[in-house]
Amino acid sequence: MSRNVFMLVAGRDLRLAGRRRFEALLPVVFFIVAASLFPLGVGPEPQVLRQIAPGVVWVCALLAAMLSLNTLFASDHQDGSLEQLLLSRHSTILVAGGKALAHWVLTGLPLILAAPLLGVLFDMQSHSILVMVIGLILGTPVLSLLGSIGAALTLGLRSGGVLILLLVLPLCIPILIFGAGAVGSVDAGMSAAGHLSLLGALLLLSLVAAPPATAAALRISMS
Amino acid sequence: MSRSFRLFMFAAPSRFYALSGFLLPWLWLLAIGFAVAGLYVGFFLAPTDATQGDSYRIIFVHVPAAWMSMILYLAMAGWAVFGWAANARLASMVARALAPTGAMFTFLALWTGALWGKPTWGAWWVWDARLTSELILLFLYLGYMALVESIDDVRRADHAGALLALIGAINVPIIYFSVKWWNTLHQGATISMTAAPKMAATMLQAMLLMTVAFWAYSFAVVFMRTRALILERERQTQWVMDLASRATEEKK
Repeated sequence: MSRNVFMLVAGRDLRLAGRRRFEALLPVVFFIVAASLFPLGVGPEPQVLRQIAPGVVWVCALLAAMLSLNTLFASDHQDGSLEQLLLSRHSTILVAGGKALAHWVLTGLPLILAAPLLGVLFDMQSHSILVMVIGLILGTPVLSLLGSIGAALTLGLRSGGVLILLLVLPLCIPILIFGAGAVGSVDAGMSAAGHLSLLGALLLLSLVAAPPATAAALRISMS
Repeated sequence: MSRSFRLFMFAAPSRFYALSGFLLPWLWLLAIGFAVAGLYVGFFLAPTDATQGDSYRIIFVHVPAAWMSMILYLAMAGWAVFGWAANARLASMVARALAPTGAMFTFLALWTGALWGKPTWGAWWVWDARLTSELILLFLYLGYMALVESIDDVRRADHAGALLALIGAINVPIIYFSVKWWNTLHQGATISMTAAPKMAATMLQAMLLMTVAFWAYSFAVVFMRTRALILERERQTQWVMDLASRATEEKK
């Protein structure tokens, strides 16, 4: 039962999101709209677009992932179910992990699926798109994991929405650097293995460290 | 009285208040004295650099400020985590008092770096690894201060800040080792613990004098801010009330 709570929390969040389908699609819609603004701002030259594409896609992915963070624990906090989850005999770490998994399935996964479309819009080479998608697969879970810490720390605060951005975005900078850098090195004719390995290392580190941190933050915020 | 008890003697806010009050004038004296000495050695005794001319002299403010910005972040995270883990009120107050000073030194390092970069690199700012990580450090300070300020409950604010500072502290070693990780426009570390220093002895002296001055200044300002926090948080205790009534009597 205790081991199951991870999947139960994730499944419950996904089922809840499934009942409000349009709301669940908002991050990916934001992602596409925001990225489409860049060619309008910078100009439509394919050369320029190809060069800025990885950075634009990553920054927009970062912002889209942050966008839905303040609702991660908010509704459960309001109706008291979060308190019950913390009081139950189940591990808070698994609850935090399940929440992060649900957030990734709802925001990270759609972004990964939409990213090749943006790659085409920005006239990227097909192998660059492939590396970008691999980078997103490794990087977006880290965004959800780090974001859940920020969401737990700012639970119930008046300025929560903007505060999460200020807390979490600086921590996400290494992901941005290595994610965009992977595509950049492929475009320069080098191997992306180094960047992708570092992304994988950050993913492993945050998989181990972020759920306990989120659990601790939830306990601080609810005490 | 056992030894471990004596070790935490000044963890009591009232005793810390008395001790810091005694130390403050000396700290200010130390800060001003060493700053005057350091600036004198730096501006008048140190030789002009062969390639950079006199513009390099900002190093005497820039490098100590950059050191302080990182050390203070680690100190802040350390005290915050200690305050969280051991439930020590004073440690949490010290952590909070450290944040604005650390942010100030980070800003100072960035600002003097820009002033130095313009004549030597021809640009106010380059997106080099060390500059960027210093900028991220400033964001981390701002995030910490924004978080603790926006939580009304003092205990929750202290503990939430401690967790955030702990996560951010992972970033400080990255700053330090970024010089080795990315080989970029920024010059490599000139002072190293293992190799002989490559700069003239007087330059090193000036920099170390300024470092002592910045340390003393940090202690003084952090003590003052901690004392204000103590008075604010302990205002319902007897000793603060006594202190306040004595102060009003003296005014009369």
